[in-house]
Amino acid sequence: MSTLILEQTLNGLQFSVTLFLIAAGLTLVFGVMNFVNLAHGSLFMVGAYFAAWFAGMAGSFWLGLLCALPATAAVGVALEVLILRRLYAKDHMVHVLATFALILIFNDLVRIVWGPLPLPLNMPAALSGAINLGPVPYSSFRLVIMLVGSLVGVLLWLLVTRTRMGMWVRAGANNREMAVAMGVNVKQLYTLVFGFGVVLSALAGAMLGPFVAVEAGMGDDVLILAFVVVVIGGIGSVQGAAAGALIVGVVDTLGRTALPALLGSLLSPTVASSLGAALGSMMIYLVMVLVLFWRPSGLFPART
Amino acid sequence: MSTTSLQRVWPWALGLALLVAFPWVALAGGFDFYTGVVIRLMIFAIAASSLNLILGYGGMVSFGHAAFFGLGAYAAGISVTHGLDNIWLVWLLACLVGGLAALAVGFVATRTRGAYFIMITLAMGQLFYYLFVGLRQYGGDDGLRLPMRPGLGLGLDITREVVFYFVVLVWMVLMHVMLARLVGSRFGLALEAIRENEVRMAAVGYSTRRYRLLAFAVAGIMAGLAGSLLAVHNQFVSPKMLHWSQSGALMIMVALGGMGRLQGGILGATALLLLEEVLSSHFEYWHIYVGLVLLVVVFFAPDGLSGLRLTAKRLVKGNES
Amino acid sequence: MKALRFASPLLAALAMMSAQVQAADNIKVGVLTTLSGPASAPGIDQRDAINLAMKLLGNKLGGLPAELITVDDQFSPDAAKQAADRLLRRDKIDVLTGVIYSNVLLAVVPSAIANKTIVVSSNAGPAAIAGKECSPYFFSASWQNDATHEAAGKYMTDKGYKRVALIAPNYPAGKDSAAGFKRFFKGELVAEMYPKLGQLDFAAEIAQVRSANVDAIYYFLPGGMGVNFTKQYAAAGMSNKIARVFQAYDADQQMLTIGELIEGVVNTGQWSSDMDNEANKRFVTEFTKAYGRVPSMYASQAWDVVGLLDVAVRNVGGKIEDREAFIAAIHAAKGFKSVRGDFRFGRNQFPIQNQYARVVTKGADGKYQNRMVGPVMKDHGDAYIGECAMK
Repeated sequence: MSTLILEQTLNGLQFSVTLFLIAAGLTLVFGVMNFVNLAHGSLFMVGAYFAAWFAGMAGSFWLGLLCALPATAAVGVALEVLILRRLYAKDHMVHVLATFALILIFNDLVRIVWGPLPLPLNMPAALSGAINLGPVPYSSFRLVIMLVGSLVGVLLWLLVTRTRMGMWVRAGANNREMAVAMGVNVKQLYTLVFGFGVVLSALAGAMLGPFVAVEAGMGDDVLILAFVVVVIGGIGSVQGAAAGALIVGVVDTLGRTALPALLGSLLSPTVASSLGAALGSMMIYLVMVLVLFWRPSGLFPART
Repeated sequence: MSTTSLQRVWPWALGLALLVAFPWVALAGGFDFYTGVVIRLMIFAIAASSLNLILGYGGMVSFGHAAFFGLGAYAAGISVTHGLDNIWLVWLLACLVGGLAALAVGFVATRTRGAYFIMITLAMGQLFYYLFVGLRQYGGDDGLRLPMRPGLGLGLDITREVVFYFVVLVWMVLMHVMLARLVGSRFGLALEAIRENEVRMAAVGYSTRRYRLLAFAVAGIMAGLAGSLLAVHNQFVSPKMLHWSQSGALMIMVALGGMGRLQGGILGATALLLLEEVLSSHFEYWHIYVGLVLLVVVFFAPDGLSGLRLTAKRLVKGNES
Repeated sequence: MKALRFASPLLAALAMMSAQVQAADNIKVGVLTTLSGPASAPGIDQRDAINLAMKLLGNKLGGLPAELITVDDQFSPDAAKQAADRLLRRDKIDVLTGVIYSNVLLAVVPSAIANKTIVVSSNAGPAAIAGKECSPYFFSASWQNDATHEAAGKYMTDKGYKRVALIAPNYPAGKDSAAGFKRFFKGELVAEMYPKLGQLDFAAEIAQVRSANVDAIYYFLPGGMGVNFTKQYAAAGMSNKIARVFQAYDADQQMLTIGELIEGVVNTGQWSSDMDNEANKRFVTEFTKAYGRVPSMYASQAWDVVGLLDVAVRNVGGKIEDREAFIAAIHAAKGFKSVRGDFRFGRNQFPIQNQYARVVTKGADGKYQNRMVGPVMKDHGDAYIGECAMK
């Protein structure tokens, strides 16, 4: 039983790390540019597709990942410059409509380019086994994901808090008008923030690729979770994204696993698993509603 | 005076006449399959118009509206599964469920602003979605088949498609007459004013939250009714009806048709469903075209189909200058 | 209303006109299957098999020109119902086939039966339709959902596995699989897990299997679910710890992409590509030649549907408009040579056939294949035939 709990906790943490990568970019775009970007999940998907494609051609997961990052960034920046940039001044409704349209377009675009079947993306052979963490053999690749994600998180935090560019980002998230008045080159900053967010999601997509099907629509549900993370954590802050990701990742994993197990002792396995899974899925939304009731702007918003 | 009212009324009268004539034309022409398509269209017109009330007129970007639509559908589905054979009661139930749920969601959501409002409506929509996915005894993810079509009485056989067509048509007309009265009343004007500048309205003494909540509830009732109609039409309900992608589809309809315009929901539903019908028979990947159309609307025609004449004028003027 | 009174005689006249059935000059077959998303591999296999079979028959069934209308059900009962309504009422198909998944099938069958269109299922065979809801308009040319799992249960009992864990998705076929397995497995079912259909992350289930301390696991995870499960299972270091058994149709598909991860795993089903009859040898040769891959059990079933329809149409002399006679001809299947050898329908119009065990083996050419191990059950019908009121 204790091995089960240990393994599940590790799974929850791994999920949190992935969520953090996706949510970090989203929260910065939200905070700095006040832009509701529903297409963020689609860029996650494009990242996974590029990774699978390049990895397939090169025969190496790492090469695939390395090539996918700039490729996806290019797509993201092109999107920002050509389409999204014109929408910043408009209201949220327009953002929602335009980026929803982008979701539809991207979902079909990837199928046109790469076909309707999911693309295989295999984890690197060296990491496809398990290593023993005490009593529990745990997938080494999942451990690497946690490592990479945490490293990126630390780097991001350092970037945002210790560099000049990071200062601009925080200033922009905190008070846009003032930042502009103080001479921050807003256009460049926006493109930079956006591009950075895209790279983070592409990284998440590439690393998650071996575990999930790289297929059209894979970004849609991830997007919703990312939004929940951002809202719980507070719009515009990296530490908010981290806190939100931790909460959502752990609640979701425990909800999906502990609940059915708990209910399984009371009800039949089929009912327990569907009820448990449903309740588990509902948990994060319930948590979100509670957090918003208590703190309408989330836990660590950039703008108080 | 009478000419301007005539000018405003004639498109509606024409539309109504066409809709009344359609089933007979379809039957005679041998394309009566499309009677079912038009029924679906009218149902979604009601649903889209309900969203238009809060989105277009109220300025509230609710991304969870499909939840009320789906709740109404499940109210119908579950009650009919348990033997309810009276469609009037089904409608009453659906309206109640939709309205109460909208009040609950609205109560929580109207406490927040901007992006948080969008997120919380989205999240609560998903809550309802997962609720029905988890209800295995009512089909869960696979959906629920209705064992029968609840009776209408009045000496009419509602299992006949033509009869059901006219029932839906009557509801669509009633709903839009009600909507017209609502938005033309002081309540409607206040709602639009709150959309334009909430701070000012609050300063002048309006309890803005109450207005928005009421609009939310009315929209929920309308959507719930539409949902019950779809459930009865398809003899089938599924949790997909509550999914956020369905909320997105409703938003597209409102945007395509014209936000804050009375005919917005009808035009938008027609446009999207016809696009879907036509495109899906010719292209395997047709969502991309819907996305492109939506982008075009967002950038060049923000008033959707309702603003076509203005948009055309603007484009022409732009070219001339 | 005045309009209604005027309409009634008009409608009556039109109704009378359509009652005069015209002789069919062609046969329209609707192929409603899953062609997109992670669950689409079976659907694509079936579409390929049907297209090839039709091409080889010169696009004719029993001498009658045949028109195929292929539609994607998007793995959604909702979308499928709309697509089916279009096929049934706008395109006016004569036969509906192709549906892979039971939840989708259950959403479309009522409309098909109400429309008096014949459904010949090339895959899904839910318990409800084999039993209480059996209908003369429904045939299963593949199996009843429980069959493969019953065979696995018997196989695992015969092999002496005492403690077993079961994983199946939480949807009608998943429940049928558990029911079927339990009907023939005489050991102890220590754990039962029912992940959501379409779930792709199995960390939780794998952790549970590890802690449950079992001799073997039986898992039913169709489509992308199975691929993901196997990859994650291997990543968690579980691959050679305990025996695994699963289904023939999934084994056939998965060996193409993750063969090395399922080498040596036994699977059960009613067909194997190395079966030694004329029809099968021709099928495997033609399919491999046309598509560059060995066909899966899914493809074999779809191929059989075409063969069955061909024979039935010929036996009624092309007069498919006489639905009763056409149905009787399909039921009798006289002259039908299935790729699985012996084939006949029970009175509920579900197959009575043998079940075999096969094992994933690496061939001399480095490619993976499923080799026949031996029969597990002979002339096996289904458990629901008693609930069917037909004939």
